[in-house]
Parts: sequence; C-alpha cells; structure tokens
Amino acid sequence: MQPLLYDNTLDTLFMVWWSTFYAVLFGIPVGVLLHLTERGALLQNVVVNKVLGAIVNIGRSFPFLILIVVLIPFTRLVVGVSIGPTGAVVPLAIAAIPFFARLVEAALREVDKGLIEAAQAMGGGTWTIIFKVLLPQALPALVAAVTTTVITLIGYSAIAGAVGGGGLGNLAYTYGYQQYETSLMITTVVELIVLVTLVQLLGDLIVRRLAGRGTRASSVRVGLRRLRTSVDEATLGTVDAA
Amino acid sequence: MITTTGLTKVYRSGDREVTALDGVDLHVREGEVYGVIGQSGAGKSTLIRCLNLLERPTSGTVTVAGQDLTALAGRGPRANAALRAARSHIGMVFQHFNLLSSRTVQDNVELPLEILKVDRRERSRKALELLDLVGLADKAQAYPGQLSGGQKQRVGIARALAGDPKVLLSDEATSALDPETTRSILQLLRDLNRQLGLTVVLITHEMDVVKTICDSAALMKNGRVVEQGTVAELLATPGSELARELFPVGGEPSGDDRTVVDITFHGSAATRPVISELARTYNVDISILGAAMDTVGGKQIGRMRIELPGRFEENVVPIGFLREQGLQVDVAAVAEAADTTGTDPAAQPAIPVPAAPLEKEAAK
Ligand SMILES: Nc1ncnc2c1ncn2[C@@H]1O[C@H](COP(=O)(O)OP(=O)(O)OP(=O)(O)O)[C@@H](O)[C@H]1O
Ligand SMILES: [Mg+2]
Repeated sequence: MQPLLYDNTLDTLFMVWWSTFYAVLFGIPVGVLLHLTERGALLQNVVVNKVLGAIVNIGRSFPFLILIVVLIPFTRLVVGVSIGPTGAVVPLAIAAIPFFARLVEAALREVDKGLIEAAQAMGGGTWTIIFKVLLPQALPALVAAVTTTVITLIGYSAIAGAVGGGGLGNLAYTYGYQQYETSLMITTVVELIVLVTLVQLLGDLIVRRLAGRGTRASSVRVGLRRLRTSVDEATLGTVDAA
Repeated sequence: MITTTGLTKVYRSGDREVTALDGVDLHVREGEVYGVIGQSGAGKSTLIRCLNLLERPTSGTVTVAGQDLTALAGRGPRANAALRAARSHIGMVFQHFNLLSSRTVQDNVELPLEILKVDRRERSRKALELLDLVGLADKAQAYPGQLSGGQKQRVGIARALAGDPKVLLSDEATSALDPETTRSILQLLRDLNRQLGLTVVLITHEMDVVKTICDSAALMKNGRVVEQGTVAELLATPGSELARELFPVGGEPSGDDRTVVDITFHGSAATRPVISELARTYNVDISILGAAMDTVGGKQIGRMRIELPGRFEENVVPIGFLREQGLQVDVAAVAEAADTTGTDPAAQPAIPVPAAPLEKEAAK
C-alpha cells in the first residue's frame, strides 16, 4: 500500500511539474502579447488582441474532462501515448496556458504606466520595456500567478488521474471509490491538501521576499494582502469551472 | 536649443475632441532654465511630452539640438530607432519619479546606459559618478522604496543625466515634495544647469519655482502660449500677467474715484526719490497701497502700488512724469474705475515704454 501511495505521488508531481513548466513557457508570451496589444498599449492591435483573447477564453471555458477527450488524438501525436502521467501532461498544459496567460496579463496591467513612459523617454524600445520593466516589475505578481496555477493543476491532475492519467486522483478513484478502501481515499485527500498548502506557503514566502525588496513594512503588507485575495479569487474561479 | 512651430495636439475620444495644444511656438535658448507655467489643463504636460515625442503632435514641428524630431519620427505610431536614439540624449524627470522598485538605485541609473549598450564596467562607473553628483553616493545599493521623496527625485535626475543629455525636461518634478526639499532639488537643477551647461525645460504650477531658477518663462492658457520671454523682458512688459504673478504687489484701492498705478523699479531708478518729487511737482496726495523688493532672475527689482486721487484721465500728466523718470508704469486694471469712465486701461497714452518686445525673436 505505501509504495502505491509513493508512486502515485511521484506521478502527480510529474504531471504538475511539467504542465506548469509548459504553462509558464507559453503563458508568459501569450500574456505579454495580450497586454501589449490592448487599446492604448505599446503595440496596440485590436485584431490580434481580440483573436488571441477569444482563443484564450475558449480554452478557459472548456470543461477539463471534455478537453482531455477532445485532445486525445493531439496528445497521441505529441507524446505518443494518450493515457498515463505523460499523456495527462498535454491536456493539463493546454488547459493551464490560457489560465496562466490571463493571470500574467492581469499582473502586467498593475505595472505603473509611468515606468513604461520613463523607459520610452530614455530611448527604450519594446524589448527593453518587456524585459527590463514589465516582467521584473510584475515578478511578485507573476510568482503569485504561478502558485495559483500549480494549485489549480494539482486539482486538475486529480481529475486527469481519475480517467486514466495516473497519480493521486487515480489512486483515490480506483481504490478508494471503486474498492471502498475509505482509509486510502482519506489519506490521498489529506495528501492533496498538504500538497496544496505547502505550495501556497512556499509561493507566499517567495512573493513576500520579492515584494519586500527595499519597501517599507506597511506597503509590503498591503501588497501581500492584495495578492492573496486575488489568488483566492482565482482559485475559487477554477474550482467552479472544474 | 528647442524650437517648436505651430505645435498642435488634438485628442480624439469617440466624437469628442480636446485641443490640448493650439499652435505653440516655443523658443528655448541653449543653456537656459525655461519655465512653463499655467493652470491645470492648460496643456503643459502635453507640451513637454511632445518635446521628446512621447506624445505625437497632430501637426507642427519640434526641433531639439538642431534635430527635427517630428521628421525623424516618421509616420508610424511606434518609435523608430532614430527617434529612440534622439530620446536617449534628452533627459526627463517626472513628478512621481518613475523609478523601478525592482532595481537598486544604481541599477536604476544604469538602465538608460543598458539601453545605450554601454558595457558593464563603464555603466557602473558612470552610475556611481552621477549618484555622487546628485549627492547620493552612499545609497547606490538601496532600493527606491527605502528613499525619501527628495532622494528619489535625485535618483530620477541622475538617471536622466546618464545619456549625457543637452536638454533636461522636467514635468512637475517638485510638485510631490515639501517646500524645503523642493528648494534643494531646484538648487540641484540650477547647479547642473550652470556646471554642465544643461538646458532645462521645467513645467510647474508654482510661481515660486519660476522665480527661483528660471531665466525665461512661458505662460500657457487653453493650449496656447500667451506670454513668453526672459524674466527681465517679462518684467519690463506692461500688463504682463506673468510679471504681475512673478512679483505681485497687493493693495486694494480705497474708493471708486481713484487711479491705481503699479510702478516697477529696475536698476538705478530704484534709488531716486521719485514719489516725493511727484507729490511736490503736481501737488497730489499719494497713498502707497503696497510695495516690495525682490530678486527675480538674479536681479534686484522693486515694485510699488500707489493710488492717485481722481480718475485716470485726471492723472495722465503725473503718470507721464513717472514714465519720463524711466520707470515702468502699469495702470492697474481696476475694473470699477475703468468701466464707469469707459477708459480701457490698456489704451494708455502713447508714451514710449522701455519694454523689450515679447516673444520669438532670436532663439539661440
Ligand atoms: N491622453 C489624453 N486623452 C484625452 N485628453 C487628454 C489626454 N491627455 C491630456 N488631455 C487633455 O488635454 C488637456 C491638457 O492636458 P495636460 O495634461 O497637458 O494639462 P496640464 O497643463 O499638464 O495640467 P496639470 O497642471 O493638471 O498637469 C486637458 O484638457 C486634458 O484633459
Ligand atoms: Mg501636467
């Protein structure tokens, strides 16, 4: 029983790690592009903004279970298999990219316009503004966004697990639900809760470190409170969607 | 150093149009501190943002250091390489400092140098040198969040100087600061202007700022420059609103049937006993409503508001006498007196006034 739990935990971590990796890898450029093509922004482009926004919205409104099924051919094409932890990474990442991209967009929107203007006034171009102003200034909010995404993915990976993706969700489903091993199911759920809590604590710690750089204590606290509420809202939103 | 011709900016939002700039011709000479003053919404920020083309003018041209930026910028909405290169040699400081909270003070000053692709060693050397210049050498490793407002603005100034600019633009750089700090920042700008020969254009809504450090000034109203010139020229211009604001003399007339006259003393005229001479020669009773001495633009100047009995037309001769003494005489626009007699104070007797012509001759 214990090795079973251990193996499935590893599977869950595997799925969450890689899907987060791809969510960040693709979500940041998409989020940046969404932000920069907004009306009045640096690369204002209504068409690109609307099209990209629509794709992101479609991706976000797809029920995850259906997404897995719809993506099966694509998953097989990309990773060769459509089930197991490896097969689950594809739909998880596809679901997480638009989610994370929106969080990135929101984080960038909070960056003071005056800073962009200052960079422009010193002769900075678009790349300078992205890499030296927008992303570094939004870093604490981006870390908070990653935290939210990881937690969301832990939840999603359990769903993926239940339909053959492996991991803790699978364990809870096959042993706990189908074979009435209540204790195992409870253990699994507790482990998921612990996992989520640890991720949130770690994320908050990093955010606090980053946001705390050289600011006075009071402003840090206010900033953190805001971040945390936005994280809570985001998490609630996904629970509903899932 | 900076010339704009017919600079116009119209903001369109939906079917609403706001003309923020309406044909502005600005002339800023090399090495001077030039103040632009005006009420909120007059278009000051729009003007200064047009000087480095952060804002694209709807029409008109902007020339900075002999370079026509409007021609350089091309048509597209994005800044091309040529415009960006030109901008990197025009410093700008902001009301809210606009420092990156994610970078240390030194790294903030290095940012423009990174944009100019200066190598790391040189960047660091230059940033430290500039921080030393603004008196913040010991704060290089601090974060902006750990500094006071005045210190942040010093960092902002150091950053603006990193590209070795010939021109520094300042939009309300002291408006977020207390009076004491304001003075020290103005002093710093003055020093930089003198030491580096930096041309400074500053926007403000405080007359005191103009009075303290400006060589020239412009007054904006509704998107237009209604007065501009050196401070001396402005003070010597009869009826100049800026001069009156720069150097106000208070005092209300004691009754309707009085003529109020503002007298400005420059140089040697200040030492002659003109008032008692006037009283003796014409046998008039003169009340002094207000008077002040001050230093404006580095020159001693005196102003006095006096009251003569009787209406303007009864006082044409004494006023003429004052003008003959080489004084600058403004018949104050006291509405009651002027309206009832139908005398427009602007339609003064054609006695020559030692006034330098205002506006737009000889830039540079
Ligand atoms: N981006 C914009 N879109 C539309 N209207 C604008 C915009 N920026 C400025 N305006 C308008 O242009 C006019 C001039 O604004 P500007 O900011 O230049 O005034 P200002 O003299 O700097 O005022 P303040 O002293 O309050 O800073 C105002 O009527 C303002 O509402
Ligand atoms: Mg303004």
